[in-house]
Amino acid sequence: MKTIKEINEKIKNGQVVAVTADEVIDLVAKKGVKKAAQEVDVVTTGTFGPMCSSGAYFNIGHSKPRIKIGAGTCKFNDVPAYTGFAAADIYLGATALPDDDPRNKVYPGEFKYGGAHVIQELVAGKDVRLEAQAYGTDCYPRKKLETLINIKDLNEAVLFNIRNCYQNYNVAVNLSDRPIYTYMGMLKANLGNASYCSAGQLSPLLKDPDYRTIGIGTKIFLGGGIGYVAWQGTQHNPGVARKENGVPQAPAGTLAVIGDLKQMKPEWLVGVSMLGYGVSLGVGIGVPIPVLDEEVVKAAAVRDEEIYTQITDYSESYPQMIPGSLGEVNYAQLKTGKIVVRDKQVPVGSLSSYSRAREIAEELKSWIKKGDFLLTDPVAQIPNRESGYVFKALKERPF
Amino acid sequence: MVSRRIVLHFPTRLGDQPIVYKLAKDFNLQFNILKAFITPQEEGLMILELKGKSDDYNKGIEYLQGCGVQIQSLSQDVIRDESKCTHCGICVPICPTGALTVDAHTRKVSFHSNKCIACEACIKICPTRAMEVHF
Repeated sequence: MKTIKEINEKIKNGQVVAVTADEVIDLVAKKGVKKAAQEVDVVTTGTFGPMCSSGAYFNIGHSKPRIKIGAGTCKFNDVPAYTGFAAADIYLGATALPDDDPRNKVYPGEFKYGGAHVIQELVAGKDVRLEAQAYGTDCYPRKKLETLINIKDLNEAVLFNIRNCYQNYNVAVNLSDRPIYTYMGMLKANLGNASYCSAGQLSPLLKDPDYRTIGIGTKIFLGGGIGYVAWQGTQHNPGVARKENGVPQAPAGTLAVIGDLKQMKPEWLVGVSMLGYGVSLGVGIGVPIPVLDEEVVKAAAVRDEEIYTQITDYSESYPQMIPGSLGEVNYAQLKTGKIVVRDKQVPVGSLSSYSRAREIAEELKSWIKKGDFLLTDPVAQIPNRESGYVFKALKERPF
Repeated sequence: MVSRRIVLHFPTRLGDQPIVYKLAKDFNLQFNILKAFITPQEEGLMILELKGKSDDYNKGIEYLQGCGVQIQSLSQDVIRDESKCTHCGICVPICPTGALTVDAHTRKVSFHSNKCIACEACIKICPTRAMEVHF
């Protein structure tokens, strides 16, 4: 048994033993759970994939004369942002699109530029055009503002993503006879291909399946900088079916995360364009797991072969909310590039970058080894499978 | 024997002449048309896989150039912007010729331009738009 305080002392002394979530697999295989739990202090995880419920808020500072952008309109490089706050506070969502983007009118839409791309450009230090309109008040008389802004001049620039880091995700396929364009990529007709989106054995919540060490306040790698778990993410759903090892067999837990955008990097916050679907933000997240006891290391050593997920039809079952799975596969099978669905061999692609996830786990490991990154005790747990917390569908009540 | 993939740019004035046919008839070359755009009154573009004896191949190319056709090798035409690729791998099953593969160990995606037929299937499905086509 170790405490986070003891692990932090080792980090400060430069004596900490940190390994990545794929390295710990080999270590446990070689030395066993007991020895590994004694030797290892921290397991670092990582994931890099499109995470749509991402965005950033800004305080741009007050202009002279003052303008109340609150309840007015505001655009960054033509991408509209949310202004329903005070005068100079604005939230820009990753999926927002310029008003003149043709969307899917020319099908499949290309969605070349949106909120996520603005966020990436800001993080890269590029100037961005801000255009705001307001109704004018006695204390905020100005009605129009057009200016270049740069992240370094903003008062606050904070990444605040309300749902990231899904604990497991579906494998998407298309049973219909035409190609479809989804957030899981293009799916060719008649089971032409399959796509998945998880770092599997490197993915943070799959390595702490009951959220024992990951909770509110956990310090993390976020977008190349430091962030924190703010809350459970939206659609958090810990109660789904699980295997004996406690690993969910379908999308389950999620995290809401927050961090200072000014210290993040454009390699780890990447604007992405999903053909026929929209814009999203590729987010890099890494979570350290403190090895408090044998159970923690045992869970962190779960392999791709032991992590299962459901094959889901995105032509009908998913859009029509028809429950049902076309079968279950594990991540080792997915990584071979081929799975069998309804007796057909289907080529598989990944939307989540495993090589980037590994880089994140390595980077976080190096921060910890250098003594730059101390671990935190969660200030509160996020709801686990015993909590009764569920993700509900909308019950419509027409009026 | 040589087998190369080339991009041919036809000037407007050659639009009505059976040039590719002559490659087969006069120079014993096998051709496989991978892609062609021919718009009246505009420059035409064709991507060919051209196969034959080295000597015949060179003579065929000379003939094309003599007619005023500009020739580019294909491998330069679809390129990957390495700074944009995140090595996710969503392109791998979309590519019809296996020009995009993922390494089983590093999980990094490689682009083998010699296998690329410039079908452009990867261009718009790449989430970061790292694949670019240049003619």
